[in-house]
Amino acid sequence: MSENAPKPLSRRQMAWRAAQDIPEGAYVNLGIGLPTLCGDYIPKDREIVFHSENGILGMGPAPAKGQEDPDLINAGKQLVTLLPGGSYFHHNDAFLMIRGGHIDLALMGALEVAANGDLANWITNDPHAPPGVGGAMDLAAGAKEVRILLEHTTKDGAPRIKQTCSYPLTAKECVKRIYTNLALIDVTRDGLVVREMVEGLDLAGLQEVTEPKLTLADDWKKLTAPTV
Amino acid sequence: MIDKRVRDLAAAVAGIKDGATVLCGGFGAVGEPIALTEALLPLGVKNLVIVANNAGTGEIGIARLIKEGRVRKVICSYPRTTDPREFEAAYKAGKIELELVPQGTLSERLRAAGAGIGGFYTPTGAGTNLAEGKETREFDGKPYVLEKPIRGDVALIRALKADRWGNLVYRKSARNFNPVMAMAAALTVVEVSEIVELGALDPEAIVTPGIFVDRVVVVR
Repeated sequence: MSENAPKPLSRRQMAWRAAQDIPEGAYVNLGIGLPTLCGDYIPKDREIVFHSENGILGMGPAPAKGQEDPDLINAGKQLVTLLPGGSYFHHNDAFLMIRGGHIDLALMGALEVAANGDLANWITNDPHAPPGVGGAMDLAAGAKEVRILLEHTTKDGAPRIKQTCSYPLTAKECVKRIYTNLALIDVTRDGLVVREMVEGLDLAGLQEVTEPKLTLADDWKKLTAPTV
Repeated sequence: MIDKRVRDLAAAVAGIKDGATVLCGGFGAVGEPIALTEALLPLGVKNLVIVANNAGTGEIGIARLIKEGRVRKVICSYPRTTDPREFEAAYKAGKIELELVPQGTLSERLRAAGAGIGGFYTPTGAGTNLAEGKETREFDGKPYVLEKPIRGDVALIRALKADRWGNLVYRKSARNFNPVMAMAAALTVVEVSEIVELGALDPEAIVTPGIFVDRVVVVR
């Protein structure tokens, strides 16, 4: 690899970058997997309330050893904690919060995102695996804002930001911002706008691994993250 | 005197019939009424329709019913939870039917049944595979999908404490689907860790009022 080769972010760095944009006071749902890591990188001066669809507001990090409670889990069924001010409620209220537009931000993973903000993140076309949707469709349709974290390409190098999604949709036109290991891209009425790119990459290079046409924001920046 | 306490698991599940639609509380195994669910085995019932968020964990509860061939169909949001081996095996063998419902829609369909609502329009799933065959209607320029209630013949519920009227309190995130399912069935049966004296539960903290509950059994 030459010195000028692009330096993609690690998965934890992607989570760090997305976490920096979560505003003070926001009620936020973190999806299973990569988005869950964002909880580790919230700036210390911000108070953010995490929502879990199994009935928790004010969810805290994983418990210290010896403090585990088997009745306190997150949507990914990992053990968590409750912060002071947190509350428990039943599933219907948890999803009322989602569907009723009370959740400010949902950060989710994805298989694919389309140019118009269509999201595919619940099912591949594998006929052998039973499908599962969980709360993905409710979050995509109901949260005030949906932002996505995904690796820019598949393992084979194929774009995952597509003209139209090839996998079945989770919701139409719901994604507003995409964090990848290469760039930060906003979905706008005028198409996909690149706000940040990693060192060593130019728009042409990014366009090669992205299906829809990209435009570079006038005030674009380098996409950087500390070693985390 | 109102007394919803029953002496054991057999009395708790007595009268549940073949083909029953059974609502099972829980999110994964947390808040799952495992003892009540497994009490359906000696009862001998089969062709059950299980409504739950997941389709069983390991070999306990719902997974055990599936393993024993008692379940015809599962209505759930996510069958592939932690260790879904029994469901996956039955599904791959074509021995079990799956109706996949988005999690919030599942909860709201149960609430609709409990609340006497004939159907409702939700934005969840609009324009996706899961809306196929369902009416979609626009309100204020946004598409909504018509969903129908899911009513149980029986609901199996896990709570922390009850009194003899059937008032319930839960513990932490083990509450999950239990309160909404308790409202949505013809017969609601609850397993608890402890039954306390009437008046001992703080009325401000009761989550499920006893009106929704028919039987309570202690499972330690």
